[in-house]
Amino acid sequence: MHETMVAQSIFESIQQLTNEHNARAVEATISCGQFNPINDEVLNFAFDLIAKGTPCEGMKLNIKHIPLSASCKQCGVRFDYDVYKPGCPDCNSMEFDFKEDAPLLLEEIELEPN
Amino acid sequence: MKISLNKKILDKNEECAMQNSEFFADNDILCLNVISSPGSGKTTILSQTIRDLTGEIKIAVIEGDIRTDIDAKKIRAAGASAVQIETKGSCHLSAQQVTGALMAIPAAGMDVIFIENVGNLVCPSDFVLGEDLRVVVLSVPEGDDKPIKYPGTFAKADVILINKIDLIDYIDFSLERVIADIRVVNDKAEILQLSATTGEGMENWYNWLRSKITQ
Ligand SMILES: Nc1nc2c(ncn2[C@@H]2O[C@H](COP(=O)(O)OP(=O)(O)OP(=O)(O)O)[C@@H](O)[C@H]2O)c(=O)[nH]1
Ligand SMILES: [Mg+2]
Ligand SMILES: [Zn+2]
Repeated sequence: MHETMVAQSIFESIQQLTNEHNARAVEATISCGQFNPINDEVLNFAFDLIAKGTPCEGMKLNIKHIPLSASCKQCGVRFDYDVYKPGCPDCNSMEFDFKEDAPLLLEEIELEPN
Repeated sequence: MKISLNKKILDKNEECAMQNSEFFADNDILCLNVISSPGSGKTTILSQTIRDLTGEIKIAVIEGDIRTDIDAKKIRAAGASAVQIETKGSCHLSAQQVTGALMAIPAAGMDVIFIENVGNLVCPSDFVLGEDLRVVVLSVPEGDDKPIKYPGTFAKADVILINKIDLIDYIDFSLERVIADIRVVNDKAEILQLSATTGEGMENWYNWLRSKITQ
């Protein structure tokens, strides 16, 4: 995934709110799916760089990785699909139906008045 | 104070893509976003397609490369309008760049607009451009492990072209493995084998294209 652009996009959304509320950001939560995964370390590094000297400096960024629910077409078992270890955990079949993968979302943000 | 947002990240790109998509719909244009590794044969496939379908389908191409307008020149030499976007380092095209490029070609009169994305199997996949469908090209010399290594790109493909099939006897490349690995993440995409240089299998690709234009 494209962590620097994601960091920039998150930052711009949050900055709008910190300006509106005359506050600083202390914590934010984002979530992503399995086919648009985020590298936590890279995103945190990029965000910290961008946030330096702004009301977002020092903000804690929580990154949730939402599992992708699949069901096996052979045996019917439901499981969380692992992109890097594909295969039904019960029967090893490679044929599944997928639920929709989670989008990249900025879920929640916590502000503190200045 | 906690604020619940549930706002899409990268939504600026998505908004812009939506506008492009409306433009394509209003003008009855089929827009295809072509994604692959560098050198898989995107430009060669598009050039051959333009040559073979002249007079039947009106095609224009938006070319994305980090530098140079080599590919746009090749497309023009094949007989179609082309506009080159030089991303100057960025490893994928964005919807905004496509909006700009659409103004530089006679877009409204076209049946099909191809967007040849920057050669890269990772980043382009995350940026919608307003396309109707995605074409992913995988060429034989890249090796048969690419779908399993880059599942995101293959998961979002509508058609997958296995190019340079003329080289299959010279390279350790298992078609069965590639198809099985693609099916793990994508059970809908059509998978076509072809060679842009010998012409083998190109007719199947043209038929796929024709079927999508009439839809
Ligand atoms: N043998 C063989 N070579 C091919 C085939 N298709 C393309 N090539 C060659 O592969 C090389 C790269 O082709 P391009 O069409 O430039 O590939 P591309 O995907 O547009 O490359 P970038 O735009 O740089 O990412 C060229 O030397 C082509 O002649 C094919 O079907 N068979
Ligand atoms: Mg090219
Ligand atoms: Zn099973």
